[in-house]
Amino acid sequence: MNEMYFLSLLVFSPLLGIIALAFVPKTQEQMIKLIGFLATLPSLFFALLAFVQYLSGYDISSLQEKRSWIHFGKFTFLNKNTFTVDYELGIDGFALVMIVLTTILATFAAVASIHIKKEWKGYFMLFLLLEIGMLGVFAAENLVLFFIFFEITLIPMFFLIGKWGYFERERAAYSYLIYNGIGSAVLLLVILILLARTGTSNIALLKEIFNDPAAQAQMMAPISEDLRYGLLIALLVAFGVKLPIVPLHSWMLRVHVQAPPSIVMLHSGVLLKIGAFGLIRFGLGLFPEEFRNLATFIAILGVVNLLYGAFLAFIQNDFKMVLAYSSISHMGIVLIGLGALNEAGIQGAIFQVVSHGLISALLFFLVGVLYERVNTTMIDKLGGLAKAMPLTAGFLLAGAMASLGLPGMSGFVSEFTAFLGLFAVNPVIAAIGALGIIMTAVYLLRAVLTVTYGNANRDYAGVMDIRFIEALPVWLLVALIVLIGVYPNILAEPLQATLETIMNGLGG
Amino acid sequence: MELETLLQYKWGIMIPEFIILGVATILSLIDLFMPSEKDRRLLGWFAFAGVMVALISLVGLLPVEVTSILEDTFRLDSFAKAFKFILLAGAALVILLAMDYQPAEGIRYRGEFYYLFLTALLGAMMMASSGDLITLFVGLELLSISSYILVGLRKKHVRSNESAMKYVINGGISTAITLFGMSYVFGLTGTTNLKDIAGRLSAIIDMGQQYLLALALLMLFVGLSFKLASAPFHMWAPDVYQGAPTPVTAFLSVVSKTAGFVIVLRLMIYMFSGTPAEGTNSSSMLLSMQDYIAFLAGATMIIGNTIALKQRNVKRMLAYSSIAHAGYLLVGFVTMSMFIVDSIWFYLVAYLLMNLGAFAILQVMTDKSDSEDISQFAGLYHRSPLVAVAMGIFILSLAGIPGTAGFIGKVNIFLGAFVTEPAHYVLAAVMIATTVISYVYYFGILTQMFFRPAVEQTPMKLPLGVMIVVIFCAIGTIVFGIIPSIAYDFLNQFEHFGDFFS
Repeated sequence: MNEMYFLSLLVFSPLLGIIALAFVPKTQEQMIKLIGFLATLPSLFFALLAFVQYLSGYDISSLQEKRSWIHFGKFTFLNKNTFTVDYELGIDGFALVMIVLTTILATFAAVASIHIKKEWKGYFMLFLLLEIGMLGVFAAENLVLFFIFFEITLIPMFFLIGKWGYFERERAAYSYLIYNGIGSAVLLLVILILLARTGTSNIALLKEIFNDPAAQAQMMAPISEDLRYGLLIALLVAFGVKLPIVPLHSWMLRVHVQAPPSIVMLHSGVLLKIGAFGLIRFGLGLFPEEFRNLATFIAILGVVNLLYGAFLAFIQNDFKMVLAYSSISHMGIVLIGLGALNEAGIQGAIFQVVSHGLISALLFFLVGVLYERVNTTMIDKLGGLAKAMPLTAGFLLAGAMASLGLPGMSGFVSEFTAFLGLFAVNPVIAAIGALGIIMTAVYLLRAVLTVTYGNANRDYAGVMDIRFIEALPVWLLVALIVLIGVYPNILAEPLQATLETIMNGLGG
Repeated sequence: MELETLLQYKWGIMIPEFIILGVATILSLIDLFMPSEKDRRLLGWFAFAGVMVALISLVGLLPVEVTSILEDTFRLDSFAKAFKFILLAGAALVILLAMDYQPAEGIRYRGEFYYLFLTALLGAMMMASSGDLITLFVGLELLSISSYILVGLRKKHVRSNESAMKYVINGGISTAITLFGMSYVFGLTGTTNLKDIAGRLSAIIDMGQQYLLALALLMLFVGLSFKLASAPFHMWAPDVYQGAPTPVTAFLSVVSKTAGFVIVLRLMIYMFSGTPAEGTNSSSMLLSMQDYIAFLAGATMIIGNTIALKQRNVKRMLAYSSIAHAGYLLVGFVTMSMFIVDSIWFYLVAYLLMNLGAFAILQVMTDKSDSEDISQFAGLYHRSPLVAVAMGIFILSLAGIPGTAGFIGKVNIFLGAFVTEPAHYVLAAVMIATTVISYVYYFGILTQMFFRPAVEQTPMKLPLGVMIVVIFCAIGTIVFGIIPSIAYDFLNQFEHFGDFFS
């Protein structure tokens, strides 16, 4: 493979689809959907290729790309690299795993987009733009580039929610925009403070500078201890909006309920995970010492998330709401793993990121299938679905089992490892958190069992079960979830190097 | 002065100004003798060509060393060169807009339109180059008086008249305050030459005199804030922007504002950056007054962005947005970092592109109906997708979304705010918070364009001039957003305006 352009190709290949779509008349529904789907494939191919190569021992760092891009103020009295922001892409094992997850989910979400009813052309153009943004976020090697890709996801999402969503879509879109706007604003401040004070935004360079007192002495202006804490807390807020951490979560409920299911697949499967990714990569990567001091606090936040989400999920009547609160609850486990701050904990957190990405995508795919057929997601209006749609009901049950952490599925591995980590450090908090696991089983089973086996409140005559083209992604998702469940090494191996780096940063 | 000395001056450095002056004069003569029923479009193209020739001659002047003529009253340094590019480009685009301006009741004074833009431009260019309070003030007044007439050009239109009146009165007051401030400086130094002033002021260590100087600085700033449309002299902007013919509004928001920043930078840095304050304790009067100006900048951003939230009239909304942008630009100024001129220059370029583009589309949308309500934009995407996308680009850039020039401009201003010690966290926080607030009203326009059904189904046709402006601005906004190094490389040839004080 051509290493010079590999990552750029991977990130920007959906652009081909956008260009192709520009030339298709907007009434050609089938054609547009086909192009939209096909345009997600090159990235998927590249991502899987890199993943397989990496597993067989290929050195992934040689994929790094670097081109000079912006140079703010060429001052003669400064080092010529000061205030440069280059176009730098590069990945490690963690980023690669996230990219694979993104490309898989994007392809499946493109399949789920067959339910989109109007203006397919605009929809798929924005959809592909969103994919570019998500891929870029994980491949960016410097903070400014990361931020730009991060924001590229913001605008398409606003339109995708506001135009193709359900009844209260515009409100949800605004809510999304403002909350994430604030989150991004805080993030931008952090990034620019780092850039202004150190003269660089390259993540590796920043780590070096923070570890080397001599380099710090050469900075434009000092970064004091207080400022470091300030920056870390700002990062926590910025990514906390995205993750979301209670109480910054209300926008996310609206989005989950109002956005079209295909978009929620990506939103819940990938976009929320950017929050976790950012916390691990920047929060933990750049400020390990300060992170250690905040670890207990983060673990408590995690438990709050876990329990709050679980309790509220229990009383919801809308199945989408149950899943939304379930997402909040499951993101709590990520925080719990990070709060533990030992190898098991961090590994559990990353596992949870991937595992929940797959599971929530699966569940929201099924929500889309369901809504398409029965026009509601209210639990009290559903019920007895197993008779009319046995396959769908089965999948729903499988998704719920994975989500509540049934051994043999990915959810179990991640929750188990994360809690293992926290029990080693802080058994009391962990014990309280473990209550959440039980709650998870309760609310998920209540919701899913009512929907599938409860009293049939309506006539399902003429309701078709899931079609083959829809079932295919579902089968694949279930297969992936089970694969990680029975053979966790498929994830653990690529993550090994990243984990070691993080643990080194923490001082062993 | 003898003829001989007069001839010895290097008049060549004034070529762009001479071209503008010549074209303006010829235009006014042609307009006078042309039969009144004749179409005056040709005059517009002539004016446009004149500005373009001046622009080319300015390119020719780029390699010229710092030169000053007429007893140091007119100087061509890299600062003047860099900002004249913005002024000329802005004026050229505005003239294109003016040619296609068709208000409902028609416009009788089309010839005046073009040559008044040129005289106003001439004033702005003189300001960029002036090395003396007198020329500076004359340039300022030339710009102001031309603008007063331009605002009231729709003679039979009530709002246009109202806004002209408001503009004159406010302008008069602010000019008086500026002059008052200048008189203090003159009183303390006995000269109007900026270089001499700077020299003599740096020797003033008497606390009483420094107190007067601080007062003069504040008065100058407050008076000049009229041109910037920033607090405390921002109140005129919404009314005047709304009532003035749209091309004039575009001119005021871009060229006039640029001229304002030119003069603020020139005066403040030149006169006060080397002046001691508080006896001899502090090295710079400007730094000691930083907090006051920072307060005004913060107030400007907050006022502009919060009041814009309530506007349904798009022109008025853009007026408040223009106030807000003046606030952002002032952040670049008030932090007094090493990025001061660079960041303001880049942001003004970005602002020129995105704001003129937005006004160009607004002009066509509102020409026919004479209504500027936001609902005019409803369903624009279904009527003319490309126009809607272009407007979307301008709006996103105004909101500072990555991928557009507006984002890079903001990044540079923030860098300036953080690079100094102590850093300006509060001001930066205000700026970022108000930016997020601005999303609400900017995205309101996007919502209308993309989400709402169209009232009218007929596709919107852009006249040639407007089309050129829209395409140019859209491409520029994107290119400077993705490859900003083009602009920065251009800027780097000036070597950070090191010849500013020479």
